[in-house]
Amino acid sequence: MRGLWADFKNGLVAENPVLRLVLGMCPALAVSTALMNGFWMGVAVIFVLTGSNLLISLIRGFIPSRVRIPCFIVVIATFVTAVDLTMNAFLPEMHHILGIFVPLIVVNCIILARAEAFASRRPVLNAVADGLGMGLGFTLALMVVSAVREILGTGNLVINGVALFGKGLPFDPAKVMVLPPGAFITLGLAVAALNYLTRKPSARRLGSREEVRA
Amino acid sequence: MSFVAIIIGSVLVNNFVFMRFLGICPFLGVSRQLSTATGMGMAVVFVMTLASAITWVFHHLLLVPFGLEYLQTVVFILVIASLVQFVEMVIQKISPPLYQALGIYLPIITTNCAILGVALINVRQHYAFLESVVNGLAAGIGFTLAIVLFAGVRERLEFADVPPAMKGVPIALVSAGLMSVAFFGFQNLFRALLP
Repeated sequence: MRGLWADFKNGLVAENPVLRLVLGMCPALAVSTALMNGFWMGVAVIFVLTGSNLLISLIRGFIPSRVRIPCFIVVIATFVTAVDLTMNAFLPEMHHILGIFVPLIVVNCIILARAEAFASRRPVLNAVADGLGMGLGFTLALMVVSAVREILGTGNLVINGVALFGKGLPFDPAKVMVLPPGAFITLGLAVAALNYLTRKPSARRLGSREEVRA
Repeated sequence: MSFVAIIIGSVLVNNFVFMRFLGICPFLGVSRQLSTATGMGMAVVFVMTLASAITWVFHHLLLVPFGLEYLQTVVFILVIASLVQFVEMVIQKISPPLYQALGIYLPIITTNCAILGVALINVRQHYAFLESVVNGLAAGIGFTLAIVLFAGVRERLEFADVPPAMKGVPIALVSAGLMSVAFFGFQNLFRALLP
């Protein structure tokens, strides 16, 4: 039961799923064209990740280890379907913008990775803390990337239909930033920026990230 | 819609990796060497084509007649996971050399979002059976093209002198961005042909 806060905090920066572990890149690249898209994608992932971590941790004693992956996938797919239908009902426009990336949360590597590496071997509360932290870390990364892309690509930032900068910032927006190339470049630079900012405490982290990815 | 338009659309114009952002994890993870990238590409082409066919059958002969479309995500991912397992066993039995070439890539393909992605796109585009299969094949070829080209770039990047913070994933992503600019050119090139 100890270390709930540590488990929660872990996903925010130290093991940020997108910027550190480089998991769940597909939605991070695809839907990060505008801040609100990133936000709602993040909310969907927080729900699925916390829910699946909770349920998998609860039933971890009953799952035979040989069929655990299919079991995890069914649990995850159930939560994803719930999110998909709920979004379709209450946020139809956002559901349309996010498109196939809502059902695709089911194959988001973060979710299965946390189920396998964390939820299936820890107590319920820790699993929930981990799910919330990882989900929040994903959301933060997505919101940073999408805010940068939206500002540079459209010259404005829209939150809930309200443009923050009125008629737009005084520069010519680079439309490439909201197009696919901008996604790769922004995310690449975001990962590099986090590497640069956190490099001092330990060069060890860079090494451990390489291992995770390999 | 003609098959040519589907093929050009999925291979080049809406390339799965560079335009639709599907299959990024294997794209970054398995693109260090040309040989592994080719192997992964082949496995993806194979599974994607089969998955397109079989999910079409499940969707149109099982889910639609019984009004169970809301189970799409659950059914598709289970079908794909079992398909991958099945393919792995069949290849292992009938063609050991092919298994040696593709075997290690098959298990990780289950969580490749490009496979589920192509199945979902087929449904959303209302493709008929043959169109779905062709789209699956073309999407797989597009993925292979992207990962093989990128592996070529990445083998060079290993020796490039980049700032420490940019090493590894960041520089790979920025390079992918530049390649994505190149693929963007196809958007206008084939505009006359596509709807």
